Amino acid sequence: MKYDCIVVGGGHAGCEAAHMTAFMGKKTLLITMNTNNIADMPCNPSIGGTAKGVIVRDIDALGGLMGRIADRSHFQMKMLNSKKGPAVRCLRCQADKITYPKNMLHALKSTPNLEIKEGMVEDLLTEKNKIKGVILSDQEKIEGKTLILTTGTYLKSNILRGDKNIEGGPHGEARSNFLSDNLKRLGFTIQRLKTGTPPRIKTSSIDFSKMQEEHGDERPYSFSHDIDPIYNPNEQQKCYLLYTNETTHKLILDNLDKSSMYGGYVTGIGPRYCPSIEDKIVRFNDKERHQLFLEPESLSYDEWYLQGFSTSMPEEIQEKMVHSLSGLENAKITKYAYAIEYDAIDPLELKPSLETKIIENLFTAGQINGTSGYEEAAGQGLIAGINAVQKLREQEPLILKRNESYLGVLIDDLVTKGTKEPYRMLTSRAEYRLVLRHDNALLRLRKYGYNLGTITEEMWTTYQKVEKEIKAFNVYLKETKLEINEDVKKEFEAHHFSIPLNKTTLFDLLKRPEITLDFLSRFLSFPFSNDIKEMVSIEIKYEGYIKKTEKEIEKMLKVEEKQIPKDIDYQNVKNLASEARQKLEIVRPITLAQASRISGVNPSDLSILAIYLKKEYGKNE
Amino acid sequence: MEETIAAISTSVGTGAISIVRLSGKEALMIVNKLFKGPDLTKVDSHTIHYGFIKENEELIDEVLVSIMLAPKTYTTEDVVEINCHGGIATTNKILELLLKNGARLAEPGEFTKRAFLNGRIDLIEAESVSDLIMSKSDKQRTLALNGVNGRLGTIVKKIRETLLNLIANIAVNIDYPEYEDAIEVTQDYLNKELAKIKNDLEILLKNASIGEIIRNGIDVALVGRPNVGKSSILNALLNEEKAIVTDISGTTRDVIEGKMNLNGIQINLIDTAGIRETKDFVEKIGVDKSKEIIEKSDLVILVLNNNEKLNANDLELLEKVKERTHILFINKNDLESNINLPEDATVVYGNTMTLDGMEALKEKIIEMYQLDQIALKDLTYLSNARQIDLVSKSLNHLKEALLDIEKNIPVDMIEIHLRNAFDNLGKLIGECYEDELIDKLFKNFCLGK
Repeated sequence: MKYDCIVVGGGHAGCEAAHMTAFMGKKTLLITMNTNNIADMPCNPSIGGTAKGVIVRDIDALGGLMGRIADRSHFQMKMLNSKKGPAVRCLRCQADKITYPKNMLHALKSTPNLEIKEGMVEDLLTEKNKIKGVILSDQEKIEGKTLILTTGTYLKSNILRGDKNIEGGPHGEARSNFLSDNLKRLGFTIQRLKTGTPPRIKTSSIDFSKMQEEHGDERPYSFSHDIDPIYNPNEQQKCYLLYTNETTHKLILDNLDKSSMYGGYVTGIGPRYCPSIEDKIVRFNDKERHQLFLEPESLSYDEWYLQGFSTSMPEEIQEKMVHSLSGLENAKITKYAYAIEYDAIDPLELKPSLETKIIENLFTAGQINGTSGYEEAAGQGLIAGINAVQKLREQEPLILKRNESYLGVLIDDLVTKGTKEPYRMLTSRAEYRLVLRHDNALLRLRKYGYNLGTITEEMWTTYQKVEKEIKAFNVYLKETKLEINEDVKKEFEAHHFSIPLNKTTLFDLLKRPEITLDFLSRFLSFPFSNDIKEMVSIEIKYEGYIKKTEKEIEKMLKVEEKQIPKDIDYQNVKNLASEARQKLEIVRPITLAQASRISGVNPSDLSILAIYLKKEYGKNE
Repeated sequence: MEETIAAISTSVGTGAISIVRLSGKEALMIVNKLFKGPDLTKVDSHTIHYGFIKENEELIDEVLVSIMLAPKTYTTEDVVEINCHGGIATTNKILELLLKNGARLAEPGEFTKRAFLNGRIDLIEAESVSDLIMSKSDKQRTLALNGVNGRLGTIVKKIRETLLNLIANIAVNIDYPEYEDAIEVTQDYLNKELAKIKNDLEILLKNASIGEIIRNGIDVALVGRPNVGKSSILNALLNEEKAIVTDISGTTRDVIEGKMNLNGIQINLIDTAGIRETKDFVEKIGVDKSKEIIEKSDLVILVLNNNEKLNANDLELLEKVKERTHILFINKNDLESNINLPEDATVVYGNTMTLDGMEALKEKIIEMYQLDQIALKDLTYLSNARQIDLVSKSLNHLKEALLDIEKNIPVDMIEIHLRNAFDNLGKLIGECYEDELIDKLFKNFCLGK
């Protein structure tokens, strides 16, 4: 039996990858160690969040699953940054750790062309640096034309608590002992990374009355562009806010040498954005307290996630630490916090398509590439899936640009700069964030989905409908004039707004910074959906800013057009600074723009490179 | 579309004729805006025109302008060359005007690079182009590094650090909206902070404006309590009895000016009456005048006595002088020190009786204004035009930010201006480490799950 695509690992990256290759018509096998752990959420019980929420929207626009599944599997939804500017708004839901994996498994099982098999992959079958298939731990060989590795934290993983160091993945699952060694043998650079997770607490042992309630939004939202919100905002589950105190801090400082991190038992590099509570207290010792959140793991579990309290202390110290918190004096810990170390590859060894440079038809996605987060993983899985199919079709890969999607930023950062710590997406990593908004994901990406065949007919209809409505709303705003009668005058005066000339169009009114669509809806009703209204009014109100960003983008794209041939030998490029030469050789950028983003490649190096390209390759232009 | 570039294409020496060259689509339009003479957009290609370069209505220089339209030019783009007559200062000024009006300062070897990329010159020449870029970049880098270590670098680094802190704080507000410990950067807060930075940049621009210095020299005010030795310093520097020196406090009632020359740059020395509260009407005028002069001067030398503790008058003066570029001259270095000086002050010790410290004072002024580098030709000058260009760009971004705050634009959008300002300052001191922001974020704020 020969498969078009084999996907190894059933986490968030693996699910998106396997679903997409199968959806695009390729015979796909998803190999997971445990079907019950498909789309598992071993850490926080939420999906989305700042920047990540936009990734989920982008995945949805391209036909991926995460948004659709999350919409059916959450018990709280929030629009973050709703009081800030339009470019930084993001959705986050509290996802149910039972329902989400269940719904995902169901979606995979109902995808044609997709088979799921339990097993542990320990080696790759290759021939002349091209993928041929995989070998399982029981020596079974499975042939495949393309392979997507999404092994998460399972490569040689160790769970750490205090001086205890246990071989194994999350939930005490078996780890892959040989795959990373075999990757090394094939020529990959393996690095050791670290992450961690906080303790879980039994519901009945928590005194919620001592904590502050955190509610979901009253207005319903959905991640998916194709599904209207299907939940009742009044029935959302609450989360809770609590704080550490002096006793907690003292406990931690007194026992610091017992933690795996400070006791010197950890070799992996952990992410700065996800520090353990001991890190926070050591590094910010002037802070009297730190925020913690209690979030339910599932409506059908008796367990809460203590966000902000990730630690690698031994169990008995964790008990004391948790009991020092107000409301958790009698708390029963159902799962202790731990740090986990695992092997990952160096993403500089990847092409922007997520195919490896070393083995043809081998793709990698998710934590194996040095990232962190469900959304980052899912996004890469989707792109890897699409590009595995494109490879089989002998067509150009989908490489999203930095101005098109957070996924473009994510992958470009990975393959251009590499990463030394688990990479998390942050708004501040996106220089064109003004055009990478939550509201315009559909407009940015769905056309790609249509052209590549990654979306359904209905999804394309959604797009066409939205496009039509945007046009109609724009026309409406440009043609409708506000009659300045006494009532209108009064309203303007009451808000201290200067009164416009009679018959100014709504379009022109909206350009005034102080006048919002909400304000205008006092006088007129707009027969358009909230999404359309939001999208259009942002484009009008922030036109100046958006135009500026677009100018920047234009400049970047011009350099992005300048391709660097794959076979270039940097040794032949005279006058390059030696640091630039080295970096260029490692990264092997595909365009001059990508080259310009490598640290250590200076403008003079770029000029020299441009001249060399023109000289050597420009004759046919 | 390629940007229009400009540079001085001749080696610049005082009094020599120099040529400023532009290449690119907007070359003609930019020069025409600044040109008093025939309408250059209507003249034939490959012709030369007589006229003036003007800033608003002020005439800057009498020039000849050559118009060469694409494609028969060195770069194959539209090329305009301005023959200037007014020496280094004026040429400098003209380049500044071109940059202000939309041209970008050419990188080393960029005209030749364009000529090659546009197929104008052949392969053998191209080899030398890449050599040229290499060597010119090296020189520029050395010069830029010199700048970084100087006073300018220190100031820019400080301003940049302030900006980075603001940007990081805004980034935390965006990426961790539920994190309570970071203060929320509001429009009001930002307004106050940016006003300060804007002020710093304006001062910097004024001081860094070497063109200005070459044209008008540096105005140096000598201030201090009565009879502390100001006039003696003035005389020593000028080598003549210009001011009246007596032992009676408050003798020097008029502002006396003298001119001296440091590395070819004119230093305008101004002696002032000692500032102190007085009922003597005549002296009062002198004191007011002194305060006014501190405001107007480029550099203030505050003279203090080594053997005395700072008194209320000295402290008041120190406070006034702080806002300006200044040097503390500590007189009577032969007597035991009783003086408590502020940290980080630029200090020269000396003695007006023995004239000790006069050379050190001159050296200090040379160092502060990098006067030794102004005397260098060509590249130093270019590097300074670049600095001025980058600082004014940063300043413009801040001005836009302040305007947008007034318009009630959300802070996270205004941050885009801050980033632009920050990036330009980074280019100025050769630092544009990309992960600076992310590093700052996690260093300053305790974030994470």
